[in-house]
Amino acid sequence: MALEPRFFLMVSAILFSLGVVGVLTRRGAITILMCVELMLNAGNLAFITFARQAGQQGADGQVYVFFIMTLAAAEAAVGLAIVIALFRLRDTTDVDDVNLLKW
Amino acid sequence: MATLAFFVLAVLAIVSAVVVITHRNPVISAMALAFNLVSIAGFYLLLQAQFIGLLQILVYAGAIMVLILFVVMLLNLRHEPASHRGGLQRWLAILLTAGLVYVLGRAIWTEHAAFPAAPAGFGTVENVGQALFRENFYPFEVISLLLVAAMVGAVLLAKRRL
Repeated sequence: MALEPRFFLMVSAILFSLGVVGVLTRRGAITILMCVELMLNAGNLAFITFARQAGQQGADGQVYVFFIMTLAAAEAAVGLAIVIALFRLRDTTDVDDVNLLKW
Repeated sequence: MATLAFFVLAVLAIVSAVVVITHRNPVISAMALAFNLVSIAGFYLLLQAQFIGLLQILVYAGAIMVLILFVVMLLNLRHEPASHRGGLQRWLAILLTAGLVYVLGRAIWTEHAAFPAAPAGFGTVENVGQALFRENFYPFEVISLLLVAAMVGAVLLAKRRL
């Protein structure tokens, strides 16, 4: 059985959905950030699959994955800085305890 | 051989993703996420995108995961307390996401296509670099601005007093 694009896309869809479940059910801010990383990676996998399928034009797809990785790094840096500021202020990273947009 | 590698990687990726979203200890979640990222790098290698696969291991499994683990251990987070929100949101989330998997899966699975032969030099540093610095030069510059903004923002947020 030869590998087909749909196998990779299926794995990507499953990983994305697991990330969605994580974001919706977990309450630790850092765990939620990790689930967002999971979703970004699922998107990257789909990008690379389509890039491979597109053949000669596929280099653009890989460039977008490069950009998404940069974006994920920026997101992790800012997100973790927010978590640290939050922990300093409220002694918790539980997003249910932090539901007022003021201090 | 490639098919076998694909299925092994798929099982590893999905199991580690399930561990990420279910384990109560954030350190274990972070380690499972690192495992997941490495198995996705394996998928990239299977798809012959070697450069992106290497970047995945260096940037994601290396830098970003170290950052996350560092913060988890800095804040000394151990176990997430049991939810006091009731099970409704959890079951609703799982149900709706199962629907999402079904819709996506139907759309994906009915599409039969084979991979064309990879063009010469697909996924090499040269190929990706040409695309990055010729066709996508301005987006590349914008993304560097974004990184600077994120850096300044992170310092500003984490600093107690400027």
